[in-house]
Amino acid sequence: MSTLAANWRSVIRSGLIAGGVALYTALIGMLVAFDEREVVRNSFTLGQLLLVAPAVLVGWLSGRQSTQVPAGQRLLRGLVAGLVTSLPLLALMFVSSVVNLRTVLINVDRDLVRLISFDHGVGLSGALMLAGALGVSGILGAFVHLIPARLRHALLTALAWMLGAGILGELVRQLLSQFLDREALSWFLRRDTLKPEPAALLFVVVLLADLFWSWFRETRGRREGPAPRALQFTRVGGLAVLLLLLPLLVGSAISDVLTNIGLYILMGLGLNIAVGLAGLFDLGYVTNFAVGAYTMGVLTSTGVLGIENKMGVTVFNFWLVLPVSLLVAMFTGFILALPVLRMRGDYLAIATLGFGEIIRLLALSDWLKPIIGGAQGVLFIPAPNFFGVELIGPQRLYYIILGACLLAVFVSSRLNNSRTGRQWMAIREDEDVASAMGINTARSKLLAFTISAATGGVAGAIFAAKLGTIFPTSFNLLVSVNVLSLIIIGGLGSLPGIIVGALFLVGLPELLREFDEFRLLLYGTLMVTMMLARPEGLWPSAVYQREVRRGEERAPPQAGEQAA
Amino acid sequence: MNGMQESTPLLVLDDVHASYGNIHALKGVSLRVEEGEIVTLIGSNGAGKSTTLRTISGLMRARAGKILFRGEDLQARAAHELVALGVALVPEGRRVFARLSVTENLEMGAWHRGNNQGIASDIDYAFTLFPRLGERRNQLAGTMSGGEQQMLATARALMSRPSLLLMDEPSMGLAPVLVETIFETIEQINSEGTTILLVEQNAQMALGVASRGYVLQSGNIVLDDDAASLRENPVVQKAYLGMD
Repeated sequence: MSTLAANWRSVIRSGLIAGGVALYTALIGMLVAFDEREVVRNSFTLGQLLLVAPAVLVGWLSGRQSTQVPAGQRLLRGLVAGLVTSLPLLALMFVSSVVNLRTVLINVDRDLVRLISFDHGVGLSGALMLAGALGVSGILGAFVHLIPARLRHALLTALAWMLGAGILGELVRQLLSQFLDREALSWFLRRDTLKPEPAALLFVVVLLADLFWSWFRETRGRREGPAPRALQFTRVGGLAVLLLLLPLLVGSAISDVLTNIGLYILMGLGLNIAVGLAGLFDLGYVTNFAVGAYTMGVLTSTGVLGIENKMGVTVFNFWLVLPVSLLVAMFTGFILALPVLRMRGDYLAIATLGFGEIIRLLALSDWLKPIIGGAQGVLFIPAPNFFGVELIGPQRLYYIILGACLLAVFVSSRLNNSRTGRQWMAIREDEDVASAMGINTARSKLLAFTISAATGGVAGAIFAAKLGTIFPTSFNLLVSVNVLSLIIIGGLGSLPGIIVGALFLVGLPELLREFDEFRLLLYGTLMVTMMLARPEGLWPSAVYQREVRRGEERAPPQAGEQAA
Repeated sequence: MNGMQESTPLLVLDDVHASYGNIHALKGVSLRVEEGEIVTLIGSNGAGKSTTLRTISGLMRARAGKILFRGEDLQARAAHELVALGVALVPEGRRVFARLSVTENLEMGAWHRGNNQGIASDIDYAFTLFPRLGERRNQLAGTMSGGEQQMLATARALMSRPSLLLMDEPSMGLAPVLVETIFETIEQINSEGTTILLVEQNAQMALGVASRGYVLQSGNIVLDDDAASLRENPVVQKAYLGMD
């Protein structure tokens, strides 16, 4: 009986935590901000989705904890969890009807009340609507466990596709407009919002496709070993064509997002060498980005700060300066690594954090103003020119970034499996022992910092040419944090993880402008969740995968042997 | 013993001082290891045993004194250069590369040899010395038991084909059965021509395999004799062998 009571207690506790989360999103204005975007036209908004999400999640958790319990009981737990989730919001609703909370909590306004009461006002009907909606959400969350596995997979996949298409409506419109005329397009979307009929259609199509696919795979039997060569070629070829056509398919605005993602992928690949391979926690990666950008800016600018105007040298163009930026960034990386060679762990992170700030302050300073412009920045940086074609605008710059990324991925993957890479891994695992094995750790760490800086410099140089102007404000701590976050969330040391991480952390907030204000909150939440639920990252490196697999295969320890 | 005095000893420590900040950890340690011997350095916790090994292997700098390996001053060398001279370390607490596989750990041990000549056959030899490692060659080192990790740390050090093996507390934290195995292996490694300087808290086992021993107490060598005599020494019996 006591375990049963404990179960109910945990249901209520997690309900209250979820309720706290819901209350928090309401008070910081996130709910209302998200409410401005409809996921499916005239059906529901992103704000409503966010409102019910904690209840669904907590219902799902409550249903999961009780596998031995009959179905009705599990649904009941979901219901209770959902109802408990609604309590803090109900309290908020009640208090706001009695006291004017807006003087302190400016986000508790009519819009919020309208949202959480589903247009029923602060009275009893509104309260019932809220409690009912969250209760039902809790039941739905618990119900997920009762669906047969194959159907569940199909349903969840279909739901994810529908919500994804709804949330990324702008992207969907861009893609469809390549193939459809205005009239056909208007059946699918109104502006950037998915209409109910195509949403339902998409849901059904994905549902059936997923069911068919799982049936198909089962009847054909699972294939062992690597995919045949022909299939691999098709996959790689398909990916290559897709990557080449992508900017044409998605249009200019989303290409701009793609170029930003690409720049962060570049930086992530660089930082991964220091953090992922050599285990050197570098919190000042923005330094390399800034050095690359300013090198490009000062050397190619046609404005007053440019070398052309100051010294009358006109030979510098984008292509000439790109390798120069790379070398200057590597040199800076080398010089800054010298004083921190003896530092480890937290101390290294703090010192590099300081370097990042120093660079920003130097860029802002009056002292360097005659050279790099101080707060006014560097203006009139020309766009790259490719055999007479001005590579202006994101759709063209995309190809430079794509090329740089591919090159960086190639170099990184070679380094991963090289003697140098092995040497870094040994240092990451144990620096003292690595040196006892004959590794010159000082030289090896210098090399890691230097190579790591290279892609940051390239990213900075392209960034400068892309914007045409650079200001010190672009080179703040947030850049370092972003790059570090994306490689941690993607999976430390994993190359595909960097790409996935950049898509998530850079792409998502840019596509969803509602997110922008809450970007740091998103990072924090994602980080904490990842560390708790999936510390190996979204797309873990081979080592982590192996670690998990080996752990499962491992034979039970034999008698007489004591694990330390 | 007398015949050996004429040739240069493999390792000589002459009045070595070392300190952690203000704490004077070694107060003039002198010892000598001849080619082909097992010499043990015993002493209680905090006596300076590990500090001695850290200083020899260059992970710590001596404040004063000489450390000579085949007559050459090790103080002039960086830590990573020692392995090429023929000095290998089995560190305290094993410290295997946790996220590398067993084979990769062994390859790291042969790092300074660079080319692949003979490394594969040395790995095979390590697997015959420690069959357990052969069974787990693709397992990540960090997921193995303490005893297996000790075997790996030892095998990893042997991969550099050292002439002097420095072993720091190989029995630490292991079950008695495993301690026996480890000490048998130590004898076997020595019989195949590797000189060993063994730092141990388990004086009983260490004096069982060693030819000579030193007793370290608060940074000073207080006793120095052949292993058999040390075992008979009443001071050693009382303080380190648990006899009255």
